[in-house]
Amino acid sequence: MPVSTSIDGLPLWQRRTSRAQWLRFGGWLAGTCLFLLCWKVISDNTMWVFALDAGRQGSDLISRMLPPRWEYASNLWQPMWDTLNIATLGTALGILMAFPVAFLAARNTTPHPLVRSLALTVIVSSRSINSLIWAMLLVTIVGPGVLAGIIAIALRSIGFVGKLLYEAIEEIHPTPVEAISATGASRLQVMNYGVLPQILPAFAGISVYRWDINIRESTVLGLVGAGGIGLALNASINSLAWSQVSVIFAMIFATVLISEWISARVRHAMI
Amino acid sequence: MRADNQARLSAARRGQWRKPVFIERQWLRVALGVGALAYLALALGSVEVNWARVAEGAGRGLNFLAAFTHPDFVSRQGDILAGLLESLTMTLTSTVIGVLLAIPVGLGAARNVAPLPVYALCRAIIAVSRTFQEIIIAILFVVMFGFGPLAGMLTLAFATVGFMAKLLAEDIEDLDARQVEAVRATGAGWWQVMNHAVQPQVMPRLIGLSMYRLDINFRESSVIGIVGAGGIGATLNTSLSRYEYSTSAAILLIIIAIVLASEYASSHVRRFTQ
Amino acid sequence: MLTLAGVGKRYPTGDRALSDIELTLPKGQVLALIGPSGAGKSTLIRCVNRLVEPTQGSIRLGDHELTTLSGAGLRRARRSMGMIFQEYALVDRLTVMENVLSGRLGYVGFWRSFLRRYPTDAVREAFRLLERVGLAHAIDKRADALSGGQRQRVGIARALLQSPRLLLVDEPTASLDPKTSRQIMRLIRELCAERELAAIINIHDVALAQQFADRIVGLNAGRIVFDGAPGELTAETLTTIYGEEEWDTRDGEPEEHEAPGAAPRAESPTLRVATS
Repeated sequence: MPVSTSIDGLPLWQRRTSRAQWLRFGGWLAGTCLFLLCWKVISDNTMWVFALDAGRQGSDLISRMLPPRWEYASNLWQPMWDTLNIATLGTALGILMAFPVAFLAARNTTPHPLVRSLALTVIVSSRSINSLIWAMLLVTIVGPGVLAGIIAIALRSIGFVGKLLYEAIEEIHPTPVEAISATGASRLQVMNYGVLPQILPAFAGISVYRWDINIRESTVLGLVGAGGIGLALNASINSLAWSQVSVIFAMIFATVLISEWISARVRHAMI
Repeated sequence: MRADNQARLSAARRGQWRKPVFIERQWLRVALGVGALAYLALALGSVEVNWARVAEGAGRGLNFLAAFTHPDFVSRQGDILAGLLESLTMTLTSTVIGVLLAIPVGLGAARNVAPLPVYALCRAIIAVSRTFQEIIIAILFVVMFGFGPLAGMLTLAFATVGFMAKLLAEDIEDLDARQVEAVRATGAGWWQVMNHAVQPQVMPRLIGLSMYRLDINFRESSVIGIVGAGGIGATLNTSLSRYEYSTSAAILLIIIAIVLASEYASSHVRRFTQ
Repeated sequence: MLTLAGVGKRYPTGDRALSDIELTLPKGQVLALIGPSGAGKSTLIRCVNRLVEPTQGSIRLGDHELTTLSGAGLRRARRSMGMIFQEYALVDRLTVMENVLSGRLGYVGFWRSFLRRYPTDAVREAFRLLERVGLAHAIDKRADALSGGQRQRVGIARALLQSPRLLLVDEPTASLDPKTSRQIMRLIRELCAERELAAIINIHDVALAQQFADRIVGLNAGRIVFDGAPGELTAETLTTIYGEEEWDTRDGEPEEHEAPGAAPRAESPTLRVATS
C-alpha cells in the first residue's frame, strides 16, 4: 500500500504508486488510440450515406416482415427435421472422432509427445475454423446437401469436444490410474478402468452442451448450401419474401430455446 | 430390491456376476434403446447422398488437402491483407463496444441488483442475441447499414452483448453477499456498492471473458464476410468458389495462426489478472 | 525371494531419492519400512513394481530380473506383486466388485475386461475375498459410498485377487483413525500369514510397525540406516533414522507442526520408545 509523507508530516495514502499510476495511464492511452485507429479504418470503409439511413431501412424491414405468413410454416417441417439431423448426427460423428483425439492429446494418456502435438494441432485447426467455413469447403467437395452439413458440424465439434475432454483427462486423480497399472493391466485396460470412469460425467456434459450449440449452428449452414432450414432462409431472403423470413426466425428461436432447455436439464440431471 | 440383492450375492458366490445395469426399469431401458435406433434409422434414411457427386468431389478434396503443403500467400496478397485488416479492426472495436454495452445489460439481468421490469427487458435482449447465429444478425444489419465492416462490427458487438451479459449476470447473481452487505452497512449508496463490493469481485473474470470473446469474435469475423459484412470471409469465399485452393489454404492457415496467438496471449492476460 | 542390489534412483531434476539399497526379503516375511517423510520409502516400493523407474542396480523377484522388463513381461511381473495404497486408490465411480475384479486385469484380455465378463473362478475368488474382509454385502455399492476403512479393505481384496507373491503396501493407515489402522494392519498381517506372502509396508507409525512386522528397515535420505528385528529398535537407532534435532527438543518443538500440548501421537517415535 503506497503511503507517502506529506510536507507537514502527515501520512498520505494513494491507491497506487505513482509508477503504477503512470503505467496504467499509458496503457489506457494506448488502448484508446488503438480503438480510435480501428474505428477510423471501419469508418473509411463504410458508406455513411447508407449507414445513416439505417433507421428508415430497419423500420421498412420490420413492416415487411410483419405480419408473418404463418401458412409458410407447413413448408418448414422437412428442413427443420434436416437441421435437427445435421446437428445430432454431426455431434455424434464429431464425438466419435474427438474421443480418441482427446486421449492422444492429454499429457497423462498420450503415447508419445510427438503424437500429442499432432493431436493438439488437429484440435486447434478444428476449433479455429467456423463450421460455416467447413460447410463451404465440404459443399465444394461432396456437393450441396445434408451430408456436407453433417460432416461440417462433426469437424467443428472435434476441436470443441476434444479440447474440453483432454482438459478433463488431465485433471483426473492419478492414484487410481497408478493402482490399475500396478495390477499388471494393459494400456487399454488402464484407460478403461482407471481413466474412463473418472471422465464419464464430464464427457456426457460436454457432449450435450455441444449438441445444443450445434443446433444453433446448423440453422445457418443452409446459407452456403449445406442443407437444413438455412436453405429455406436463403431462398426467402433472395426472393425478398420477408414475411416468410420472420416465420423462419420464429421457428429457429423456438427450436434453439427448446434445445437449450433440454441440454440444461440433462446436464443438471447428470451432476 | 432386498431379495434381488440376495440373489446377486448368492450368484456371485457361485462365480456368476454381471455389472449392475445403469437404468433399472427394464421397459424404460428397452424403450430408450428402440427409440434411439429408430431415430438413427429414420435420420440416416433421410440423408440423401449423391455418391457420384461425392466421388467426383473426392479428387477436389484431395487437391484441397494438397494445397496445405504449398499455401499461396502471394497472388491474392492485396485482398488477403485488406480482409485481414478489416477482420482485426472489426474484432477489436466490436469487442470493446460489446463489453461496454454488456456491463449495463448484465447488471440489469442480475436478479439481485435489478428491479423486475429492467430484469425482464435485459433477459429478453440476451435471449435474442444468443439464439440467433451471428450470420443471421449480419444479414439483417447488412440490409439496414449497407455492405461493409460497419454492419459486421455491429453484428459482433450485438453477439458480444448477449454472451458477456449472460455470464456477467450469472457472476453477479452468485457473488459473495457478505461483502456487499458489509459495504452497504457502511451507508454506501447504489453506485458506491457497485464500485466497492461488486466490481472487485467480478472484474478478474470479466477481463478473462473479454479476452475469450475477442478470440471468438475474430473467428466469427472470418465468416460474416460471406453475407457481405466485411472481413476476411469474403476473400475466403471468393477463393473457394474459384477453386483457388492454395489461396484458401493460406487464409485458413493465417486464421489458425492468429487464433493460436490470441489464445496464447489471453492465457497470459488471465494469469496476470488473477 | 525379493532381492534388491545396489538400487538407486535419481530424478531428472537431479534429486537423489535412493542410493545403494541392498535388501533381501525371504518368503513370508513382513517388513516394515520406516523413516522420515521424503526419505524415499514410497520411491523404494514403487521401484519394485516399476511405477517409478530405478536408475541403477538390480531388482530380482525369484529368478526374474525386474528392471529390464517391458511390455507383456512387465505386466506379468506386476500381477505377481499386489499393491495397497495410502488413499486407497479405488476407482470411485465403479462398484466394489468391479474394483476388486480389476485386480484380475493382468490375467484377462481387453474385451473380456471391457465387457466385465470375468471367468467364473475369478468372480468366485473375488467374492470369497470380499467375504474375508467383511464386505460381501456391498458388492454392488459404488466405491465412493464406503467409509475409509471399508475402502482400504476393498483395496486389500483387489491386491489379493492378483494372487500375488509379494505385497507392496504404501502407508496403509495414514488416512485412517487409530482403531481402524490397527484393524487394517492386523488384517494385512493375517492375510500374509494365511497365504505365506512377503510384504513391504511403508509406515509412519513406529508403534504399529513394531507390533505387526517381523523386521524393520529404517531409511534416511535414501539410504538404509537400520535393519533388524522390532525389538532391536532403540532410542539411538531411532536417532539415526529420524535425525538428532527432533529428539533433543521433544517438548519444545513437536515435529510435523503439531500444536504444542497436543496429545502425543504414537507416530512420534521418542515418546513411544520412552514409554515402552
